[in-house]
Amino acid sequence: MRQIEIAIVGGGPAGLAAALNASKLGARVILIDRNDYLGGQLIKQTHRFFGSKQQRASERGIDIALELAREVMSNEHIEVLTKATALGYYEDGVLLVEQAGKIIAIKPERVIIATGGAEKTLLFPNNDLPGVYGAGAVQTLVNVYGVKPGQRVLMVGAGNIGVIVSYQLLQAGVEVAAIIEAAPRIGAYWVHAAKVVRAGVPIYTRHTILRAIGEREVKGAVIAQLDENWQPIPGTERELAVDVICLSVGLTPLTELLWQAGCQMTFVPELGGNVPLRNEQLETSVPGIYVAGDVGGIEEASAAMMEGALAGLNAAASLGYTCDTLIDDRQNVLQQLAGLRSGPVGEKIRKGLAQCSL
Amino acid sequence: MRIEKHPILEFKPGKIVRFTFDGRELKGYEGETIAAALHAAGIRTMRESGHLHRPRGLFCNIGNCSSCLMIVDGEPNVRVCVERLREGMKVETQKGKGELK
Ligand SMILES: Cc1cc2nc3c(=O)[nH]c(=O)nc-3n(C[C@H](O)[C@H](O)[C@H](O)COP(=O)(O)OP(=O)(O)OC[C@H]3O[C@@H](n4cnc5c(N)ncnc54)[C@H](O)[C@@H]3O)c2cc1C
Ligand code: FES
Repeated sequence: MRQIEIAIVGGGPAGLAAALNASKLGARVILIDRNDYLGGQLIKQTHRFFGSKQQRASERGIDIALELAREVMSNEHIEVLTKATALGYYEDGVLLVEQAGKIIAIKPERVIIATGGAEKTLLFPNNDLPGVYGAGAVQTLVNVYGVKPGQRVLMVGAGNIGVIVSYQLLQAGVEVAAIIEAAPRIGAYWVHAAKVVRAGVPIYTRHTILRAIGEREVKGAVIAQLDENWQPIPGTERELAVDVICLSVGLTPLTELLWQAGCQMTFVPELGGNVPLRNEQLETSVPGIYVAGDVGGIEEASAAMMEGALAGLNAAASLGYTCDTLIDDRQNVLQQLAGLRSGPVGEKIRKGLAQCSL
Repeated sequence: MRIEKHPILEFKPGKIVRFTFDGRELKGYEGETIAAALHAAGIRTMRESGHLHRPRGLFCNIGNCSSCLMIVDGEPNVRVCVERLREGMKVETQKGKGELK
């Protein structure tokens, strides 16, 4: 049995920030990720971030991921386990991890769960055909491996991810036939939307996909306009010749470990699905288990990093570690988080978070 | 279906390796995933579902959803979206549930 002060599951922006901040106070940390690299979803994000300088605005996700990963790897307080999947957390406080076919039992004093999210799908006939991808899947293929998913894409969903991934497809030389969005207006930032429209990609709001066409693979899609009650309007069906249908209809938190650990959960649509109740310290209803990032509610990378920092500081502080600037550091992160979640853009998140605080 | 030119990214391919897909010899780059190499060769169908024998390909591409299970070197249920390509791998379409022999 391995003993450790803090175990962190997930090496995305939340987990990396948690590890760095906990170790900064002196705690010993094991960081576990099932991938063979660190960085989580950030390793495919080629566009520059918004926000203030402090939140790394105008840096690209890929560069942030590399930098954080390098810092973590060279920190002697942090042991990194990659290609390692956390399988379960048990009543006696043991975390089971599988690595290279072997099971490792770890007994941490504190656990930070930062497992991120999974992409949602959409119901329509033939949605299981090869050629129907989550937007993240396409982004990984194109930006990490330099491979095209197909020739011509229908993007479903005009939120930030749908629009950004469309732009990235154009940059990679893939045609985007259209972006459709069921809501009456797009959810993405205008700057991004303007870019794709300028590049000639139409965005159809109040439109949905009725079905995918194809026997063995996607050969096309039928779309239609929606009425005020979100029902397809007969006669507006249109067939698009596409070989890729890319679904960008949101993410849902990857909460299996939290359920299994017995954390109290609640369904909050604003945060993407079932999420753990947590207090201001980001500690769940099970003492010693903290959450950070998308697993606690789908948000974005900057917020994930802030939450990671907070969970890391709090978990380490609860073990008795401290430093001269601890109170200020915490306050600073809280202020930045509040800033990120302020204004009309943050309204949904604020509403969501109000429903899951302990 | 590889990207030739990109305004931001530079793809530094590893060394070329050979592998087989259902007996067909293909080439890919060491270090990319099996799924990426198959896509580069224009192959998007990875398995057949258990009951209705429906074709399945990638969905999440990060190891979350099990849509991409294939038989690799005789071992079934390998998620080829996260499994890295190596020289001489034998990759096969999986039909139904995997069977460990
Ligand atoms: C397609 C797409 C585009 C996006 N674009 C943007 C954008 O443009 N700007 C932006 O700010 N945000 C963007 N985001 C959101 C941003 O990437 C996420 O909010 C952020 O990555 C969340 O960080 P995280 O650390 O919580 O989770 P993740 O980055 O998802 O990291 C979670 C990590 O946990 C690991 N893991 C999960 N379960 C286990 C387990 N059981 N054992 C071991 N390891 C495990 C995973 O392998 C992963 O590495 C995008 C997301 C997607 C999907
Ligand atoms: S595509 Fe989802 S696990 Fe491979």
